[in-house]
Amino acid sequence: MQLFPLKATGAQVRRRGKVLVGPVDLTLGGQGTSIIIGPNGAGKTTLLKMLHGIVRMNGGRLDWACPLEEAQKHQAFVFQTPVMMRRSVIDNIAYPLRLTGSSRRQARSRAADWASRVGLGEILERQATMLSGGERQKLALARALVRDPQVLFLDEPCAALDGRATREIEEILAQAAGSGTRLIMSTHNMGQARRLADEVIFVLQGRIHEFRPAAEFFAGPETAQARAFLNGDIVE
Amino acid sequence: MNDLWAGLSQAFWLLVTLDADLVEITLRSLRVTLTALVVACAIALPLAAFLAVRRFRMRRATIAVLNALMGLPPVVVGLVVYVFLSRAGPFGVFGLLFTPTAMIIAQVIIVVPLVASVAHQSLRELWSDYHDLLISMNATQFQRIQALLWDGRRALLTAALAGFGRAIGEVGAIMVVGGNIDHATRVLTTAIALETGKGEFAMALGLGFVLIALAIAVNLAIHWLGRTESEGRW
Repeated sequence: MQLFPLKATGAQVRRRGKVLVGPVDLTLGGQGTSIIIGPNGAGKTTLLKMLHGIVRMNGGRLDWACPLEEAQKHQAFVFQTPVMMRRSVIDNIAYPLRLTGSSRRQARSRAADWASRVGLGEILERQATMLSGGERQKLALARALVRDPQVLFLDEPCAALDGRATREIEEILAQAAGSGTRLIMSTHNMGQARRLADEVIFVLQGRIHEFRPAAEFFAGPETAQARAFLNGDIVE
Repeated sequence: MNDLWAGLSQAFWLLVTLDADLVEITLRSLRVTLTALVVACAIALPLAAFLAVRRFRMRRATIAVLNALMGLPPVVVGLVVYVFLSRAGPFGVFGLLFTPTAMIIAQVIIVVPLVASVAHQSLRELWSDYHDLLISMNATQFQRIQALLWDGRRALLTAALAGFGRAIGEVGAIMVVGGNIDHATRVLTTAIALETGKGEFAMALGLGFVLIALAIAVNLAIHWLGRTESEGRW
């Protein structure tokens, strides 16, 4: 199933009369990793959720290369604060497969495989809400990747993690990207953005100020706001 | 005070000697209440999950009505059920009046709003946690309800226990629709009312203590079976 290009045309999200994001005009190709950066409150999370389709748009269009219902089946989302279902680690990871009709046995077998890949193989039966922050994020990643999504949205997946946990998450993401999963991710961590990004989307006040290949963006941002942001200045 | 001690000793002897009437009444109480509870939960829990998940025009009003119905006067429920089940009523042909089935129907009507309201409170919080995740995973409405009911099962146990507490202690409605007929529809609460009316306070208190012990025992058994307090479980 060909999902990309994903084309946003005048896409906008408003709440209580305030524009949170947009209008956004953007075309995303099917390759690489797109990193969304910007200051707090710039609209990164809303933009991600809008592209994923879990935030209702108030204007504009969002067109995948295939019908929306099909596109939705091949996407996954990892939230900044991972939502732990009140189940064991293995049942959390198996849940998306159960939703699509896999038998319990098949789903748990595949979930166990993914748990091992992300380093949770030793704690399969532990209750998910008992996990540490890093383990929760790994579980959320495994749960997102278990259905082999073509595109994975990630909202600051390493925001509350230490260096070691961040590295482990980045390794999992690199493997996913290597196996063809399209990553669209927001982050505050410029080091992480430099390590992972193929292209950068710089967002400010709900609008996309720059959308360029990562090498070009980090070598010399076009806008004064992006330059200031990269220099660590306060940008509003 | 003498009545209280006499009641305690009466309860003790009733239990120790396994009084045949007491056993019969107690088993009937349990059968009626647990059947009503199972039926009520089968209606109320999916309803609570549906109200948590689904947005529709009259949702707030429906929840408000459900909460208001928690205070349904049992005797009025009994009266309405009586009218429906009496010979002249629309369901008179089934001959259910003054049977345990009629008592179960009345208890279901009383318990459903309570279980649904308490369950809805818990499931609403769980849904606020799960909302984005389940939508992101493309879960259908039915799958969302299933997930809430399964993952919220420990909290739902509390709702069910609240329903059990209300049903086991109910007297007004089942007195009206059951008739308190010996060996047919007499249960602990109606027997207590009868003994009190006869001035047999010791016997009434004895039955009362048995009723309290029964309620506590069932609660503890359900907690134990559900492992509500186990570490790392829900």
